[in-house]
Amino acid sequence: MSDATSHIISSILSGLGATITATLGGILLTIVLSFIAGLAMLSPARWVRFVSRVYVEGFRGTSEVVQLFWLYFVLPALVGLKLIPLFAGILVLGLNHGAYGAEVVRGAVQSVPKAQREGAIALSLSPAQRMFRVLLPQAVVEMYPPFNNLFIQLLKSTALLYFISAGEIAEKGELLRPVYGSDLVLIYGVELLCYLVLAVVITVVMRLLERQGAKRLGRTSIARSRLFARAAGVS
Amino acid sequence: MEWDWDNAFESIPLLLKGLLVTVELTLLGSAVAYVLGLVLALLRRGRIPVVSQVVFLFVELVRSTPLLIQVFVIFYLLWPALDIRPSAFLTGVIALGIHYATYTSEVYRAGIDAVPRGQWEAATALSLPRTRVWTGIILPQAVPRVMPALGNYMISMFKETPLLLAIGVLDVLNRAKEQGAETFRVIEPYTLAGVLFLLISFPSSILVRKLERRVGQL
Repeated sequence: MSDATSHIISSILSGLGATITATLGGILLTIVLSFIAGLAMLSPARWVRFVSRVYVEGFRGTSEVVQLFWLYFVLPALVGLKLIPLFAGILVLGLNHGAYGAEVVRGAVQSVPKAQREGAIALSLSPAQRMFRVLLPQAVVEMYPPFNNLFIQLLKSTALLYFISAGEIAEKGELLRPVYGSDLVLIYGVELLCYLVLAVVITVVMRLLERQGAKRLGRTSIARSRLFARAAGVS
Repeated sequence: MEWDWDNAFESIPLLLKGLLVTVELTLLGSAVAYVLGLVLALLRRGRIPVVSQVVFLFVELVRSTPLLIQVFVIFYLLWPALDIRPSAFLTGVIALGIHYATYTSEVYRAGIDAVPRGQWEAATALSLPRTRVWTGIILPQAVPRVMPALGNYMISMFKETPLLLAIGVLDVLNRAKEQGAETFRVIEPYTLAGVLFLLISFPSSILVRKLERRVGQL
């Protein structure tokens, strides 16, 4: 390998840490917000549903890049609070994809057969028990495939952090471009390969979780229900 | 710093000019995505073995990598390699069109698969030529069903166009940035840019939802 080649590869890979941090942080925040907003949309209280609707439609309706610019450039001007680029990126990725994930959670809970809800009522379980012990454990398994898509979408969105110089792969590549103009195939090739590998990793992990979740559901018993609740709480 | 109405009103004409570019990009990009997506879906369904595998790989590659990088690849790598110099706007249309074509091709594929098998069998029994089967029987049944999904992708594309700022396309966000650099006030232009997106994409998604309900009744 020539000096230029190894230099290009190592500088792009040096952005891998920021990309992975942004992806994982974004995924974590997405999961938390999806469940909060998704369950809130199913709440009997009207104002709770309204607040989560506003959040979901607000973030789905405005552009992600605009949200990034707003959070990174406007917020400091408004309240004098300057965010670290990577942190601002995680916030935007999580807030944006959480709004999409909320619909996934809502849809999955609503797709649980009606009889399950009725059975839980017949057993006089409290609304919380009904949700966390009966409905969510079954709904979570349904959520894996759409969440898989959403997380890959999120991974791809990390490239937008280039706009706020968060030091991730896309930015590292663009920093190299002016100097190594003749090696563009290598630069973009390495970048694209990084995203591909990360996307495959996400898919493999999600498939594994899905299979595990389905297996647990297959062995449904009362003693297992606590396991479900834990699985629901974590994922 | 506080909200300044004067600056807000001053930035509106500039932002609207940018919004027009954003809408043009979305409409042209969608046109490319809808046509190219159908071509990809048909090629993938076609009888030429190598082509369908190459199309599969291409779709997966484009779908799982960021649009921004694809824009860079086309703008900085592909155009110089071909020795042509299309504008940033045209690059945006092509990049958006290709990126979203990989999504719409999957949508068409699902729509084609949803056409009952009996329709194929009947067409075979009538020994219609293959092109007639597609244009006269399969596509007229497949396409109306997938229109809501296609509409959703147009809305997604609309919200993703601001990243073309990276190659200097004068869309809403770029105009907001311009205004911000001129007046040293970013609060109003960036906030209004967000509001403009909401004003268009929120009613659009309600329309698509209505269309979905109507198609669901088919």
